Amino acid sequence: MTLTAILIVSAALFGIGLFGALSQKSFVMLMMGLELMLNGTLLATVGFWAFTLAGLPKGQLLAILIMAVMAVELAIGFALVVAVYRKRQADVTESLTTMKN
Amino acid sequence: MMTSILFYALSALAIWSGWRVFRVDSMIRATFALMVSFIAVGAIALLLSADYIGVATVFMMAVEMMVMGLFMIMFMMNPAGLNPMQMVHQYRFSIGAGVASFVGLSVAVLTTALPVSPLPPGGETLRDLGTELLGNSMLIFETAGVTLLATMVGAVVLSSASGRFGSGSQGAQPPGLTEGGAPAGRKVDAGSGHSHHGGGH
Repeated sequence: MTLTAILIVSAALFGIGLFGALSQKSFVMLMMGLELMLNGTLLATVGFWAFTLAGLPKGQLLAILIMAVMAVELAIGFALVVAVYRKRQADVTESLTTMKN
Repeated sequence: MMTSILFYALSALAIWSGWRVFRVDSMIRATFALMVSFIAVGAIALLLSADYIGVATVFMMAVEMMVMGLFMIMFMMNPAGLNPMQMVHQYRFSIGAGVASFVGLSVAVLTTALPVSPLPPGGETLRDLGTELLGNSMLIFETAGVTLLATMVGAVVLSSASGRFGSGSQGAQPPGLTEGGAPAGRKVDAGSGHSHHGGGH
């Protein structure tokens, strides 16, 4: 188990997440892509903390902040999905051609 | 040695289940695949002796994916996966972007001389983290807490059918130019808005 291996795994997770976020039509599936990208970021952060920071606790703090970002992204994302669905009855990205109303 | 085998197995599980998220026919199955991916990453964090991060990831993601599953059932076409699902656009571009980001990041990782300063064995990472969270970094920690509170408020405001004092445009209507006349100024386009009439449907 080396830092290189961990970072390559996290790069793979990030790449799959990017593919999903760009390719999916459904809002909810799109958000799963974003979550997967953050998953890779979290792994990279923990890897860097364990291998390069000599146990500095601030590295773990960064990982906690990434988890807070995940929660915020999910909550606001679902709220936006609900708001868009109320207004437009839309649940795929193609139905949104304008940001107004 | 054992740790290495476990790490590679968990990595393979994380990547494979992450890949399955976008390949399965049912969105519920996609949710659970994502949860498996998160749990594998949490277990890797445990292997790296980031105890708190690992356990918190598992707990948080288990709950988060349950919420996600609920939304899947609410919004989804084809939640049960009874017929094939392929809901994609700009497919080739997305594959290209995903592969390019993976290759680019991997090349960057492989060509960089990464600093090596590993954890001292037997360090009390959990105690250090607790002291840091409630000591020097308390302001950051509290800021994250306030951000989450603001998120809760924002989520409620965004997703509620109408505000506490009626619909969003109520009170924003200008008075008429003549007594009892039509509202002055630009006409608000009714558009395809549905929520103003029904109130919470």
